[in-house]
Amino acid sequence: MARRVGICAVAQTTWERDKWSQRFQGMALEVLEDLLARTGLTFSEDGGIGMSISVSDDIFDARTISDNAMTDVLGAHMGCEEKVAQEGLQALYYGLAAIRSGHVDVVLVLGHCKESQPASRNQVTHMAFDPFYTRPVGLDFTAAAGLQAQAYAARAGVGDRHLAQVVVRARQLATRNLKITGLPVVTAAEVLASPLLADPLRELHAYPVSDGAVGLILAAEERAREITDRPVWIAGVGNCMDSFFLGDRDLASNFPLRQAAARAYRRAGIDHPQNAFDVVELSDQYAYQQPMWMEGLGLVPAGGGGAWIDAGGPEAARVNLSGGMLAGNPLILGGLVRAAEAALQLRGEAGDHQVPGARRALAHGVMGPAGQFHTVAVLERD
Amino acid sequence: MKKNRNVGIVGVGQSVYSSHREEVNQPEMIHEAVVEALEMAGITMAEVDCVVHGNMELFEMVHQPDLWHTLGTGAWGKESLRVTTGGTTGATLAAAADHLVASGLHDVVLAIGFEKLQEGHTTGGITNMADPLWGRQLQTGALTGMTAAQMIEEFGAERAKAAAMAYRILMDANAMKNPKAHRRLGLRPDQAEELAANSPALVGELRMIHMCSQSDGACAMIFASEEKARQLCAQPAWIEDHVTAHREEMFCLFGNAPVLTTHRHCARKLFARNGIRDPRREIDLFEMYDPSAWWGLDWLREFLLLEGDEHLRMVESGAIAMDGDFPVNPSGGVIASNPIGATAMVRVAEAALQIMGRAGGHQLPRPVRRALASGFGGTMWTVLFLLASDTERQAAA
Amino acid sequence: MELTPDLRDCFTVPGKLALPYTYFAGRIGSRFLLALQEEHRILGVRCAGCATVLVPPRATCDRCQADLADTWVEVGPAGRVENFTVVRYADRHVPEPVPLVLALIRLDGADTPLVHRLGGMDPEAVRVGLRVTAVFAAEPRDTLLCIDHFRPLAPQPSAAGPRPQGG
Repeated sequence: MARRVGICAVAQTTWERDKWSQRFQGMALEVLEDLLARTGLTFSEDGGIGMSISVSDDIFDARTISDNAMTDVLGAHMGCEEKVAQEGLQALYYGLAAIRSGHVDVVLVLGHCKESQPASRNQVTHMAFDPFYTRPVGLDFTAAAGLQAQAYAARAGVGDRHLAQVVVRARQLATRNLKITGLPVVTAAEVLASPLLADPLRELHAYPVSDGAVGLILAAEERAREITDRPVWIAGVGNCMDSFFLGDRDLASNFPLRQAAARAYRRAGIDHPQNAFDVVELSDQYAYQQPMWMEGLGLVPAGGGGAWIDAGGPEAARVNLSGGMLAGNPLILGGLVRAAEAALQLRGEAGDHQVPGARRALAHGVMGPAGQFHTVAVLERD
Repeated sequence: MKKNRNVGIVGVGQSVYSSHREEVNQPEMIHEAVVEALEMAGITMAEVDCVVHGNMELFEMVHQPDLWHTLGTGAWGKESLRVTTGGTTGATLAAAADHLVASGLHDVVLAIGFEKLQEGHTTGGITNMADPLWGRQLQTGALTGMTAAQMIEEFGAERAKAAAMAYRILMDANAMKNPKAHRRLGLRPDQAEELAANSPALVGELRMIHMCSQSDGACAMIFASEEKARQLCAQPAWIEDHVTAHREEMFCLFGNAPVLTTHRHCARKLFARNGIRDPRREIDLFEMYDPSAWWGLDWLREFLLLEGDEHLRMVESGAIAMDGDFPVNPSGGVIASNPIGATAMVRVAEAALQIMGRAGGHQLPRPVRRALASGFGGTMWTVLFLLASDTERQAAA
Repeated sequence: MELTPDLRDCFTVPGKLALPYTYFAGRIGSRFLLALQEEHRILGVRCAGCATVLVPPRATCDRCQADLADTWVEVGPAGRVENFTVVRYADRHVPEPVPLVLALIRLDGADTPLVHRLGGMDPEAVRVGLRVTAVFAAEPRDTLLCIDHFRPLAPQPSAAGPRPQGG
């Protein structure tokens, strides 16, 4: 039986529209220093951080092998650094594997992204499409989300009014999250009047462009208990890849998320997910994704997204009390910030949005056009 | 450090390495390697739990390319992970696959490294590694004449240049036996002087002939838990251990003080952890990431913890040849084939093939019980793998 | 830590990533593109294992791993709009003019729809179920844009219809 792995500390910068005065190394350093201060860890070969997993993207960073700019921040002087070039929750999955394998006892996970740096986020995600069939027609992740929203909304009875409610709530919750700065609250009327981006997506339905960094310390059970008196255990993680071409998929079916969730639940020993979680942090890059991913996670009946919102489901299920991605985290860090927020809840450190006594949480990340790839993590405390 | 469970390599697949792969797109080229690896392991995609993928985005300018490549990787419906660490990517992918299986999360993992350098601009892509404020105007891709200059200073021009060319010609002799290798030039030892005189100079004494190729290609490997590996394969290549070490981007941070290389650091750590006292005697083969003949020559000293001119003598005496005491790169190495995101994986894969006895025309004449494989990349980063056969593990036990 | 950092004397420096790329379509992609360019025919591939005709073509079925070389099937040029969105933002990578209608169009004889742009009609009048047909580019192109766009089979009212609603 492989050993348990715990999250020992969490740190993040504020998430802002444009941290123009900071380079990405500076944002990451801010997080690293916070983590080291919280844990007292060093990069010593004797009991210190044995492996650093960075999360970044070369195109967002506009640098080939952009982690070469991070080695000094990540303590990788003669040390191990590896970069997860995927959505950040995958770094938790990888860190879990590296520690469970027995190869290393303490892992630093540290992700950064400056979405404000490229001319547009859509220009970056456009490059995820193949050069022959899907780039030429101008696809990017926003347009793909528009197609998915169209397919999903009809099937789940989710209308413009529901989506406005999701955004209003997220912006309201964001005011209680001290790490979100400069994001105004909005009214339903403002969301309903916001210009369409890619029908039915409106500007205010889309996650704000933001810059920031987030990090975690992971450790094997024995070490975790030495480092902190409130370790958060990674009880299960699962992920799944769907087909690439949008037309090959049933965009409203949630196939990859259902698979990812089933794998995470199985590893965590959860048979009935419906009432299993005190807190749910999911990556809602666009408003429609909040009800849709809840269906995919098996926490809302399939096709019941609209009714779930009408019944006050997001509040009852304690979904994205941090504000979620709609409050602003970069594309590739969404899931990792969700895990960080979920861990804060389980450690009782979530401040104004703390759920009293939270014991088990779900964190979710997504990457690719119209949710091609999903990761689900189940976190627990003692 | 106790490994949760043992992991064996049970399949290797490689596309042909070439600068002319116009007939395949990226996922199609990857699929060639995947099919071959599955065939060697005797399994289908249905038995694979997880697909690990890596390359460098800017070499082809595809964002998160594992998404598109699902058309060739077989990742549909599977778990997946994408890891990249520059030139070491391929070895890091092998390390990641090892972790994923050893952890108990998966029984069978397929790892894929790839690059299609012909589609982009390699030196331009590498130059974008440098800091946009402090280094980009000075960077010359991956080309550097420093090692040649240092070796010439230490050993004299005549001996250093002759040894570098001897290394180059030996590597080509090996590549001639490997049908997958990209550059197979048929060089003869008596051409050394002519090559040294006529090959175009790139930077200082680094000449075109010394330098690695720019290749298109993909490598796929299948990793299995001990139980599964024994079912699938008569002679799996077992992963004994691996060590990764990086260094800061600014090499000269500490002035001109001699700096321990990551290669020597990793070797010391790996050998100490695995009770290896005399690597040249206790290890049968080394697949080294040798981006140029100069680096390959110089790095022998680092990896084998040698002093003085012993590494030159190993080359001069032919000890590193296939029939020598300590064969290096029977595959022809990186000088022969360099699809960057796959290159470091090819080192691990070729070392595994030698242990499995499946290296074909470049199989060593005597059994390989223990093999070393290195990856190189980033700003002088190293990944060093130690693989072993059953015989070796039984002897150790 | 200071909450309001001193931002005087902080520089930003403009940069640009501009590198040339040449992508290889491969044999299967090239055959598809040549048929579009030279014959104005749209080809799909048939996966016998999945009993599915797939467009765009690909060498391997990503579901069952079957080799799809030489399983060509002619599809279209007419088809049905299965789903669509209207892209209303202009950007370097978005073909002009915007609003741009991107639709999932299932060509006659195909099982998987293809994303392409719809033209020749008011974007506000697009709806699921609309019958459309390919309009080929007058000049040869190297990509799917050999089909310039799809247009409605039947004449459409030019006046704005009801706006698409999210449910």
